[in-house]
Order: sequence, then C-alpha cells, then structure tokens
Amino acid sequence: MNFQAVRSIYSFEMARFFRTLSQSLISPVLSTSLYFIVFGAAIGSRIDEIDGVSYGAFIVPGLIMLSVLTQSISNASFGIYFPKFLGSIYELHTAPVSFIEIVLGYVGAAATKSALIGLVILGTAEFFVDFEILHWGAMLAFLALTCISFSLFGFIIGVWSKNFEQLQMVPLLVITPLVFLGGSFYSISMLPPFWQTVTLFNPVVYLISGFRWAFYGTADINIGISLIMISVFMLICLGIIGWTFKTGYKIKT
Amino acid sequence: MAAILSVQNLSKQYDGGFQALKNVNLDIAEGEILALLGPNGAGKTTLISIICGLVNPSSGTAKVGGFDVVGDYRQARSLIGLVPQEIALEPFQTVIDALRFTRGLFGKRNDPALLQSILEKLSLWDKKDAKTMELSGGMKRRVLIAKALCHEPRVLFLDEPTAGVDVELRKEMWDVVRQLKADGVTIILTTHYIEEAEAIADRVGVIRGGELLLVEEKETLMQRMGQRQLRVELMQPLDAIPEALSRYDLDYDADSQTLIYSYEANGERTGIASLFADLSKAGIILRDIETKQSSLEDIFVGLVEEKA
Repeated sequence: MNFQAVRSIYSFEMARFFRTLSQSLISPVLSTSLYFIVFGAAIGSRIDEIDGVSYGAFIVPGLIMLSVLTQSISNASFGIYFPKFLGSIYELHTAPVSFIEIVLGYVGAAATKSALIGLVILGTAEFFVDFEILHWGAMLAFLALTCISFSLFGFIIGVWSKNFEQLQMVPLLVITPLVFLGGSFYSISMLPPFWQTVTLFNPVVYLISGFRWAFYGTADINIGISLIMISVFMLICLGIIGWTFKTGYKIKT
Repeated sequence: MAAILSVQNLSKQYDGGFQALKNVNLDIAEGEILALLGPNGAGKTTLISIICGLVNPSSGTAKVGGFDVVGDYRQARSLIGLVPQEIALEPFQTVIDALRFTRGLFGKRNDPALLQSILEKLSLWDKKDAKTMELSGGMKRRVLIAKALCHEPRVLFLDEPTAGVDVELRKEMWDVVRQLKADGVTIILTTHYIEEAEAIADRVGVIRGGELLLVEEKETLMQRMGQRQLRVELMQPLDAIPEALSRYDLDYDADSQTLIYSYEANGERTGIASLFADLSKAGIILRDIETKQSSLEDIFVGLVEEKA
C-alpha cells in the first residue's frame, strides 16, 4: 500500500478546493440560503407542522442532502475527469499505485469537501430556522456515508465520461430529480399510495429519511432499512469501480 | 552488462483489430541510450506505453530490473520515469508542487534538496513558483522531464522529446539527455528525426509496422551499412568515362565535372590508391577531392524502402 501516493492525491485535490473557495463554498451556501428564504420563510409559514416539526426545520436535512449529493458527484467526477481531459492522467498509470490508492485519494478528498460543505450549510441553516439535532452521532455517520458513496458514484461518472456534456448529464438529469422527488421538501406519507410505492425505488428517499431521523427522531422509513440501502449502494459503486480498473474499461487500452 | 530492460515476444493488438506490435524482442543494458527510430504509427509509442503501464500487452512480457511490468508493477514502475509526447500538466499547479505531487505518487517523501538539484539542472529553479500554464513550451517540456526524474528512476523513457521543437531547443534537449546519461540513467527515446538518433544514441532500433527490424550499435550500423563516396572534381570535362577506368564502376556528374566512386568503408582494400594511379595514367587532371560517409538517414531510408 502506497500511503504517500494517497496523501499526494488527497492534498492535491484539497488544494484545488481551497484555491477555488468562492466557487466551492459560497455558491452552495448561497443557493441553500435562497431555498430557506423561499421555502422556509415565505411558503413554509403557510404550511403546518409535519410530524411535529415546523416546515422550516423539516426541510433542513433534505436541503443539506441536496447539496451534499450534488457536490459529492461533481467534485469526484471532475477530480478524475480533469486529468483525463488534460492528459496528465498518464502519471497515475505509470506510478506504482493500484486503484485502491487512486480511489482513496480522489474519493476521500471529494467526500471531505462535500462533508465540509454540508456542515457549513448546517451552520447557515441556524441563521434561518430553529432546530435541534437529536442524534449527533447518527447525523455525522449518515453524512459521512452519503458523502463517501456519492463521491464513489461521481468517480465512476468521471471515469466513464467522454466529454464535459456527459459529465454534467447525470447530476442534472438523474440526481436533481431524484433529490426533489426524494422527500426533501415533503413527507412521503403526504403522497397518494401509488406514488408512495414508486418512491421506494428512489435511493435518495432512504438517505433523506434516515438523515431526518438523525435530526428529529421521526422518519418515513425505518432507520435500519435506510442504513442497509445506503450501504448496498456504496458496495455497488465499489464493485463497479473495482471492475472498471480490473478490466481497464474506459481507462486503458 | 546485465539488461535493465528485457522485452520478450511482446505483441499488442488493439480492440479495433489493429496490430500495433508484432513479437518484439529487445534487451537494454544499464546506462545506455537507445533510440527507437521509425515513421509515425510504427508502434514506438505503443512499445513504450506497455512498458510504462499505459497500455496492456496482448501477449509477451516486459521486465524492468527483473520485475514484470504487469505482475510486479509496483517494483517495475518505481524504476521507470516517463516523459510523454504530449505536454500534459495541471495548468494551475506550480512547478515545485507538480514535482512534489509526482514524487508522492511514487511513494517517496518530499526531498527539497533533490528537487532543487533537478530543477537547477534543467534551468527551472527560478520558475519553481510559477504556474505551469505561465511557462513557455520548452519550459513545459523540461517540467515534464523534471517530473519524470523526481522519483530517481533508473530508466527514463522520452517519447518524441523534440517533436515540434525548434532547433535551439532540440540541441538543449540533447544536452539534457547527455547529462542524464552521465548521471547513470538508462535512456530510451523514440524519435522520427534520424539526426537525433545519430547525435545522442549509443544504439539504434528501427521499428516499422509494429516490427523491430533491427537493433544495432549506432557505430556498427553506420559502418556495416555505411557506404563511403569519393568525389573527384576534374580540371577538364570528360566526354565519356575512359575504358581504362571501367572496373571502378564510376558515376560521372557532368555539371560539376565530378567522378563519383563508391566503396565499402570497412572493406580491406578500398581501391582508392589504384584508382588514383589509373586516373593519372589516363592523363586526367584533378582539381579537388572529397570523401563522404553516408549518414544514418541514408541507411534508414534504404532499410525502410527495402522492407516495404
């Protein structure tokens, strides 16, 4: 195991994050603040409590997830796609590293970045709504699991993408709808029965439900099932990455 | 001397069916400079790419320092540095950060003194804090060399180091290569400039259509295949080559009034002495004489045409 290489990749990626701090941090914070103003204050004041939680507080976990998911994917996919685009990826292939070091470095950095963003948004939310976190440990664990598994997913997108369009496509066309329809702004129980069933095929539902449980102790879905689903998703991503590197698919000829 | 690099029966067929390498065998001794010469698309880059880990071989093996490049890739790659053909650098990274990054990838701790000495040798030390995108093309190439050297490899691959580079920079690059050889680094470079191989290589391999046509000491190659020409300029024009000189198989260039005599450079008897004697017997008066060694380029063109 080449830990020096992991450190090298990790700190290189983190350096890019801090170099473009305004882009990396300010834009997710700004857009989340806008959500709080529009949904929390303007619309939320006309909506009753959901599961005993005020609407403004109810959407906090979902909004954090929205940013964390999109940031994980875009950070991780861009991190590995950019060297591919520049051609500097040759260094990874010619260095004495296996895919484990490469993934640890890139995915580790992307997950760290999105976790930081998630925590900053959590702090921002304090300015707009009153809420308390019931299970701090579970909240952090869910945050970490989400950051890691969706950074893995983003890494796959980055490896498989042939151009910048493809890189943008998945976050735009898949993730954003899944998050919006995943119960960020409402409780699943508010949907008609048919759509409740459809929703169960959306992996993001389990994330947001579990994350919200960590905040307020209430959830649409059993917390154990949420944990299992996110773990399964992570294992699938790991499997795909392992297979990609083993066969050289889209990486080597 | 023991081979630091040993390639055996290496073949590569790409997914599209294109056979880029056909059964290549090659041994390279420690400390030598080998130039792989061949036209574009001959398979030079594929060969290097397999050894360095960029491309998977279809069959055959390549070993560096006794380590298989696929099976023992960690040990093998630690011994290798690659300078790619295309300039590929992170634009916002500073030169010194780029070096630290590469050294880290190879599992080595930062060594400021070593990095400084590499950058100084490549005349880049005063640019260490510049972003790579601010550098000139020649400097970027030197940064790539510096990156390839910063983990102290024993074998350095230079893929077309002077493609699209002006004459002055090319000479500069050659000096760098000679300096590296003096430091004990084994160097394999690909080029389609024959003069480059002639200027810096110890041995020359000629590759064409995926086949390694030959690998030979540069000097031997030039001697073995090299023809010498003796050009004799005459005082008076000739109407025809006199009968007495027919056994020399001379050519006559009427414009410059020159008789041209070709002979084997390493032949036991060159026949020059008797030619002069016969010339003087025939009453031909000389103005000037010149001899010329055929260059690697002549040999190469002959070889490629012959096999085509």
